[in-house]
Amino acid sequence: MEFLTDILLLSDSTLRIAAPLILAALAGLCAERAGIVDIGLEGKMLAAAFGAASAASITGSPWAGLVSGILVSVLLALLHGYVSISQRGNQIVSGMAINIMVAGLAPTLANAWFSRGGQTPLLPNEARFTEITLPFADLVADVPLLGAVYSDLLSGHSLLTYAAFAAVPLVAWMLYKTRFGLRLRAVGENPEAVDTAGISVTLLRYQAMIIAGVLCGVSGSALSTALGAGFIRDMSAGKGFLALAAMIFGKWKPVPTLLACLLFAFVDALQGRLQGVSLPLIGEIPVQFTIMLPYVLTVIILAGFVGKMEAPKASGIPYEKDR
Amino acid sequence: MSAPTKMPGAVEAVLMPFLNILVALLVSGFVVWSLGEDPFFALSLLIEGAFGYEEAIGYTFYYATNFIFTGLAVSVAFHAGHFNIGGEGQAMLGGLGLTLAVFWLGNTAPLLSVLIAILGAAVFGAGWALIPAWLQAYRGSHIVITTIMFNFIASALLAYLLVGPLQRPGGQMPESSDFPDGVGLMQFHEVLAAFGVNFEQSPLNVSFLIALLAALAVWFMLTRTRFGYEMRVAGKNVHAAAYAGVSVPRVTVIALMMSGALAGMMGLNELLGEQLRLIGNFTLGYGFVGIAVAFMGRNHPLGIVLAAILFGVLYQGGAELAFEMPNITRDLIVVIQGLVILFAGAMPHLLRRPVAGLFARLRVKGAA
Amino acid sequence: MGVVPAIETRELCKRFGAVQANDRISLSVEQGSVHGIVGENGAGKSTLLKMLFGFYQPNSGDLLVNGEKLKLDSPSDAMAAGIAMVHQHFMLVEPFTVLENIILGAEGQPMLDHAMSDAKAKLIGLEQQFGFDLPLDTEVSKLSVGERQRVEILKALFRGADILILDEPTAVLTPQECDQLFDLIGLLKSRGKTVLFVTHKLHEIMAITDDVTVIRAGKVVLRTTTKDTSPDALAEAMVGAKINRAVERAGVDHGAPRLRVEAISAKSDHGYQALKDVSFELYDGEVLGVAGVAGNGQTELLEALAGLRQVSAGVVHLAGEHVNSPQKLTDPIALRRAGLAHVAEDRLKAGVVASMTATENAILGYQREKDFCENGLLKLGAISETANRYFESQDVRPRDSSLPVASFSGGNQQKLVIAREIARDPQTLIIGQPTRGVDIGAVTKIHDQITELRNAGKAVLVVSADLDELMAISDRILVMCEGEITGIVPINEADECSLGLMMAGAAPSDERQGSGA
Repeated sequence: MEFLTDILLLSDSTLRIAAPLILAALAGLCAERAGIVDIGLEGKMLAAAFGAASAASITGSPWAGLVSGILVSVLLALLHGYVSISQRGNQIVSGMAINIMVAGLAPTLANAWFSRGGQTPLLPNEARFTEITLPFADLVADVPLLGAVYSDLLSGHSLLTYAAFAAVPLVAWMLYKTRFGLRLRAVGENPEAVDTAGISVTLLRYQAMIIAGVLCGVSGSALSTALGAGFIRDMSAGKGFLALAAMIFGKWKPVPTLLACLLFAFVDALQGRLQGVSLPLIGEIPVQFTIMLPYVLTVIILAGFVGKMEAPKASGIPYEKDR
Repeated sequence: MSAPTKMPGAVEAVLMPFLNILVALLVSGFVVWSLGEDPFFALSLLIEGAFGYEEAIGYTFYYATNFIFTGLAVSVAFHAGHFNIGGEGQAMLGGLGLTLAVFWLGNTAPLLSVLIAILGAAVFGAGWALIPAWLQAYRGSHIVITTIMFNFIASALLAYLLVGPLQRPGGQMPESSDFPDGVGLMQFHEVLAAFGVNFEQSPLNVSFLIALLAALAVWFMLTRTRFGYEMRVAGKNVHAAAYAGVSVPRVTVIALMMSGALAGMMGLNELLGEQLRLIGNFTLGYGFVGIAVAFMGRNHPLGIVLAAILFGVLYQGGAELAFEMPNITRDLIVVIQGLVILFAGAMPHLLRRPVAGLFARLRVKGAA
Repeated sequence: MGVVPAIETRELCKRFGAVQANDRISLSVEQGSVHGIVGENGAGKSTLLKMLFGFYQPNSGDLLVNGEKLKLDSPSDAMAAGIAMVHQHFMLVEPFTVLENIILGAEGQPMLDHAMSDAKAKLIGLEQQFGFDLPLDTEVSKLSVGERQRVEILKALFRGADILILDEPTAVLTPQECDQLFDLIGLLKSRGKTVLFVTHKLHEIMAITDDVTVIRAGKVVLRTTTKDTSPDALAEAMVGAKINRAVERAGVDHGAPRLRVEAISAKSDHGYQALKDVSFELYDGEVLGVAGVAGNGQTELLEALAGLRQVSAGVVHLAGEHVNSPQKLTDPIALRRAGLAHVAEDRLKAGVVASMTATENAILGYQREKDFCENGLLKLGAISETANRYFESQDVRPRDSSLPVASFSGGNQQKLVIAREIARDPQTLIIGQPTRGVDIGAVTKIHDQITELRNAGKAVLVVSADLDELMAISDRILVMCEGEITGIVPINEADECSLGLMMAGAAPSDERQGSGA
């Protein structure tokens, strides 16, 4: 029974940790499917986390936080779009520039606005997206297994976590079932074909960046207003890059990307549980080593032990009309 | 659109980067203003803080030393067609290699210890670049992501060592014991004192000269050696490289290890020149600054040295600024860094059209 | 019908910087006709087409469609006016199905499922009307070149195009596929569509067009009905002056083969079997032409010979030395030292580094030779002297070797590459697409040079997509299809029809495949 509880707890934290990763990975997926490599997910997440925490702290409303988180992220996505699409600049450099800029700007502004050494004040529960108890969760809690799964695992997450999981079918539907999705996938493979079909490559790519911005904005807001209770320096901690790795591992497809995110989240949850635990034969693993786990896993996955990864053909290449 | 608008070479090489940086600084000034401070006063504080007195100048060049190393590291990788964001982790490992060498050799022969320590820094830095490099070269793993991951892993590894096996006995801080007496690089004021010149004490040390030598070596390697030629060919066109009989994976691995070695040598300045012990996260993001420095310096060693000095000014002046102005922290420098990378690195052609137009008009007037 | 032209241009001009690509082009295309536009590479045909299709906007002049003056700001404007273009490089999304490609940009409604089922219904009608038989749900990446071209045409018809512009449509086809295309064009014409057919092959013009316009150096130099002209007259108009192309040929000296290829097989980059059991011999003093539709293993053959691709079976011998087999691959540098020079098929992709200077490119592949490098250090003086010598010997212009290669024209780039590759007097030369993207003046010079090398007793292998070119310079022609050799024919027995059948994989009834020796 204790084992079952352990599994449930582990799965529960996996879902929670996975939420921002999934949203960010989907953001990267939308951008890259449209032909724009977005190394700046990390920065957008961090900026959104800061924007959301600041607005929530000032207004006391998590919704105001979410809106401003999304807004900040979309603005940065448009900046990246401007560099990549209109200026035809180097997309990797632009993404890194945004990451670094945000890493400095968020604490600078936090310090200027809240004078708390680069953090926002701790958010009270009213200003956060708190855990939602799903209908009948209490009622069925006693039903063996299924009840526990429903009430402990599925119920009791924040709205944004549910939103993250809902975003997967939504993005998949958008990509594969709508005209817009068809065009978006086409522009990442062969922008010239899109251009000669009379569709604006520029507009399409900007639209993709806006979607990426919104998704990343929700992701960052989840960090500071749902998972955490306020903004702290460097709170994205490489999640943007993990999300990118998950997207590659998921071969630029929504559902496999979701699974990759769950894997990363599981490892992260596991490392949390392993801290201070003494394992048979190995003994206690130093916390610094458990922290490394997700990063090491990323490297192993990217080492290509999972088959060939083929990116959309035009991703990372600025579109020039006259070649 | 793509037809390059012709401009005089000097404009291309000097004026355009300068204008791009000016734009970055303008935006930074706007940030300062929006924080409720006077940007012009801030600028004067910054310059005063960087050059106002001997110690300040010493600090400016002390910081510049770090940036020369990390800037060169980024640019060597870039010439080989890769984006090494792992300077941070490679510098940490370089610091570790240096520290291990120092403790291993002790101070029986301090000069030898220092030389081996320099080698240790380079070798460990190169070693930390090896795995991402190999994965990029032979498995096509995205080096941007793998080097970032290696930064996190290096940071955790150093944290473990500095609260574990390498921690100063009885200490609480994540730092090692002090290096044995006499093992370290001379500081400038000591060197100058030997010649009877009085200079205020500052951490500026001999590694600044080593950094300049490294810049010279990189320039020589790129323009005068066969390997530099093959590396540039591979960096610009992998198919042409294969056609010319250049093994692209081999060049990739070697170039990235050079890059890692340069990043690793940053520890010379920080640890062997000033701290005289290994401390956790001593790299303080200098590895990332290297990206800005490399782009601002247009990936040319001379440009990198100049850009590094400019960043030295920003860091030293910025520290003073943060001290003088309550609303400004050192994080502002990170913002400026990001803006410089954005304008000088990602949007080098932002002002191309207007400036080219201006020159075209000037030329017409000159002809008339 | 017939009174108002489908397309009319009046004094259309287009400049790129200092280059006047189109100079007062006036042309009139009758409705329901097939109108040919001919001109050499770089004559300005593509620019004109792109203006008709709204991709470029003219600097001056008027464009009339069905008598109405129009300003086409984008391809969608052109499509709205009923103009569609089939590009030389197909504008298809490879991982998409035929259906997805056809509806892209013309979906009609935001939901794909409905758009697709509506489109399917419409397409079935179109396919019947014009005799198409395309697998709508198959990925385009799995189709042959000819099929892809038909997808492009169907795409145009689906959009309701009345005027179709075909840009060099036959360049990538076998002669048999060309015939199919001509049949389709005839059918389109009979259904009232107007076709603009662009080519530089005169026999095609004679075969299918009603009227023809010749463009040279951005200007219209001849406008006539096809039945009133002859290939000779068109050629003269196209090239300017009559060129005498009879080259002296010495006899082939058959000693031991210089290059012996024994039953080699190799995989492509994408993992499929690109070369299957290929065997042939190349002798001193001959030019062996390799013909075939692009993508039938010629690229991989070149790479296998040049030490860039290891074979999975078989052996390549160079002058009796074993240089490529599954056990051993001699690298390009060693091959160059053994006297094998290689002019890469795709110049900008592999033959030069476009952003590096001409001087730096002058040693590409030879950077380890003692003249250029000692103890790992480059000899900059010697390198720059060499570059200048190449510029002189091949008359490369402009005479400034410090410029990046990208700023030279295709012809001058190619001259530089050829100078580099023949500088060390190699006994064996393998050349891919010797004149692709090269202006007409340089083409003649390059052909003459190849013949001179041959007459000097060198062994030369030329891969080209241009059958006319191979017919003009080869002693024997080797034909490839799907990675196999479908024939090796001495030039005096070669004719376009039988070569075409071999290119399509259907060997002619009388077995002509032989050693050629």
